Amino acid sequence: MLDFPRWKRIWLWSIIILVSLASLPSLASLGGMKWPENLPDPSINLGLDLAGGSHILLEADADQIASQRLESMEESVRSAMRQATPAIRIGDVSTQGKRLSFLVESASDVDRARELLLPLVNGQGLRREWSLDVIDETRFVLTPTQEGLDAALDQAMDSAKDVIDRRINAIGTLEPTIIRQGADRIVVQAPGQEDPEALKALIGQTAKLEFKLVDQNALPSDVQAGNAPPGSEIFPYAEGTPFAGGKVAVRRLGGIKGDSLTNAQASVNPQTNENIVNIQFDQQGAAKFARLTTQNVNKPFAIILDNKVLSAPNINEPIRGGSAQISGSFTSESANQLAIALRSGALPVDLKVIEERTVGPDLGADSIRSGMIAMGIGTGLVLLLMLITYGRFGVYADAALVLNVLMILGIMAVLNTTLTLPGIAGFVLTIGAAVDANVLINERIREERHRGRRVVQAVEVGYTEASRAIFDANITNVIAAVLLFLFGQGPVKGFAVVLVIGVITSVFTAVTITRMWVAGWLRRARPADLHI
Amino acid sequence: MKLLKLVPDHTNIHFLKWRVPFYVISILLIAASWALVLTKGLNLGVDFVGGQMIRVTFVGKPDAPVASMRDEIANLGYGDPIIQRFGKPNEASIRMKLPEGSEQHPDLANTMAERITKALKTAHPEVRIDGVDSVSGKVSGELFRTGLMSLAFAMIAISIYIWVRFEWQFGVGGLFALFHDVSLTLGMFALTGLEFDLNIVAAILTIIGYSLNDTIVIYDRIRENLKKFRKMPLPELLDLSVNETLARTVMTSLTVLIALVPLLLFGPASLFGLTAAITLGIFVGTYSSIYMAAPLLIWFGVKSDSFVPTEGGPNKAERAARGEA
Repeated sequence: MLDFPRWKRIWLWSIIILVSLASLPSLASLGGMKWPENLPDPSINLGLDLAGGSHILLEADADQIASQRLESMEESVRSAMRQATPAIRIGDVSTQGKRLSFLVESASDVDRARELLLPLVNGQGLRREWSLDVIDETRFVLTPTQEGLDAALDQAMDSAKDVIDRRINAIGTLEPTIIRQGADRIVVQAPGQEDPEALKALIGQTAKLEFKLVDQNALPSDVQAGNAPPGSEIFPYAEGTPFAGGKVAVRRLGGIKGDSLTNAQASVNPQTNENIVNIQFDQQGAAKFARLTTQNVNKPFAIILDNKVLSAPNINEPIRGGSAQISGSFTSESANQLAIALRSGALPVDLKVIEERTVGPDLGADSIRSGMIAMGIGTGLVLLLMLITYGRFGVYADAALVLNVLMILGIMAVLNTTLTLPGIAGFVLTIGAAVDANVLINERIREERHRGRRVVQAVEVGYTEASRAIFDANITNVIAAVLLFLFGQGPVKGFAVVLVIGVITSVFTAVTITRMWVAGWLRRARPADLHI
Repeated sequence: MKLLKLVPDHTNIHFLKWRVPFYVISILLIAASWALVLTKGLNLGVDFVGGQMIRVTFVGKPDAPVASMRDEIANLGYGDPIIQRFGKPNEASIRMKLPEGSEQHPDLANTMAERITKALKTAHPEVRIDGVDSVSGKVSGELFRTGLMSLAFAMIAISIYIWVRFEWQFGVGGLFALFHDVSLTLGMFALTGLEFDLNIVAAILTIIGYSLNDTIVIYDRIRENLKKFRKMPLPELLDLSVNETLARTVMTSLTVLIALVPLLLFGPASLFGLTAAITLGIFVGTYSSIYMAAPLLIWFGVKSDSFVPTEGGPNKAERAARGEA
């Protein structure tokens, strides 16, 4: 028990020195000092609650993905049937009840229609994206499979994450963390963001741009009442536009989506002095746009952004260059945000902010300062109490405690973990509780001396017997802290990290390291009595 | 130098003599705590009920003008705010319910926060917005459920651990002590109306871990003494074990308390609830180890042959632990 061969001592001391060195940059930064730039800098990350910043939790609307898929399936089915030779006539198309159903008008076309549908319903690999049923001889029903829906959501979330990444990078000043969480959520954490509203405006905007033909046959009274004629849908005008409050009926199919843009730039219309966004379609988009405008000269079409109509101008002449101009009562700021959003691509699905936490940088700095002061006082008191209670053994415990603090900082820095505000509380608690192991050992040594054991034996029994209780007691702490880590949210996780690391390092420093020191002292001084 | 001895050598307090009255008191305290929680209720923060919390500091002012803030915010038509002092006298927290319909249109919550901060900045140019927390009903419901789940799991996992390492009686005793500590902590939060948020769940989990420290140290000594003194009557043996470990119990509780109290007094305001809960928990935890966990062993009829070494069983694990240490 008290036997420490040279290799073991060298090993332990190198751990001590290495980990302590790793803690220095963090100590410097917490103490507000500057760390020399040419030295390696494994420093602890400060959580948003200490550094200041915004945490935004976004949730996707999974139903929206489902209905988008339904809509695009309807388009694919229609075009597949139209392009078949000879064309297959279908009717009674419905997307009610989250599934697509339609009638094939002639029963002899059923087999041909099925052949054409099969490639549409099977996804990549073995996955079935849709189940295909024929009922009453001629009615086809396409129901999305859960598997297919999950995969679509997953894909949408991946691309939403990329879009957010591109948008934030476009501003260039932030170093955000963007993480997918669960099936339908994304967490954005941006440290040091002074204006969370701008950030939210930027990432929360879906930027789904559509150009759809206005349904001129719809009765204005129906439109205002929200009753869309068959094949059409109704969108309201965006707030702030000249016709705000009004509604427009547009043809549901046959429009153009704004997801095939090569560029979008905010600018000002020199004639009207209005803020506008210039967009440029890619080749394919430009061709589609040219076709739509050529076929519908002198008809109005609606420019729709995120399900709100910005304007519904007349098509005066075919637009062939693939560039267009969007106006919609923008401010220079909102025009710029829209341009960034359009350049980065539309979000594949609407994202709602369901949780938001913002901490101002001043508050974070205050928290660090007062937390550090409290921690300093607490540590000082604990060191003093140990010293006056256990004398020489208290010095060993104190040295172990200081080492323990350095080790926690060093390990957190090397593992690149984050120190949060509750983490500071975890630190203080660890400091108070870390000496428990030494208390147990020292009390046991006292006891064994009273029972008349000789010095070396008392120390040996003290360490052995106390170790069992130390082990059991710390396991319960680890269980609680691990559960805290698994279930905890955000800053609370930081608390759990400190507790777990603290429990492990404190057992190491308070038991193994002090034992090495005590053993060394016993060997050198050969004391006849212990002052403990 | 004369060393400090918090507990004199050969202390022999007959703790177990008063086990019945103390048990009655403890059970009454538990009942009172739950009665408070159920009738008065916990002051649940936005983490658990949803809503918005805005924290502000009136830089350079001695006090936060709570009354005028209340009027300014109520004028916006979102209902009456709950305004509390938070930390220093010139700091305050404003709590609002989320506006109607914000489940469907989350931007309504944003607009509310913007309008409130704008109104405050207009009326008080010196105001500094320190933070905004907006939690939707969906998220708060999830946080509440996972919070409860983590507490339940922690209590069960730790009791199972004690049961495996000791005997079932010890596991039940430990669980009961935990229940006592958690109940009293909840009771304190109901009584004082301190805000109950995610941090407090973390604090309770910590209490669950740390309050068992004491219990385990005492149980470990009871186990040792059961093997050593086969003929000693159980109450006497428990008293002996508690007394033998008393110096350690007092010393450790003291070191934890002197580390935490500065944090309570000088630490950041948002850590006050967490620190207060842990401080109280350590306090009650020490008491419950002596008066809740130990006497149960008498009533459960732990016998000295509970720990006669057998092949396998808990003693194997014990040897492993000893070997590691």
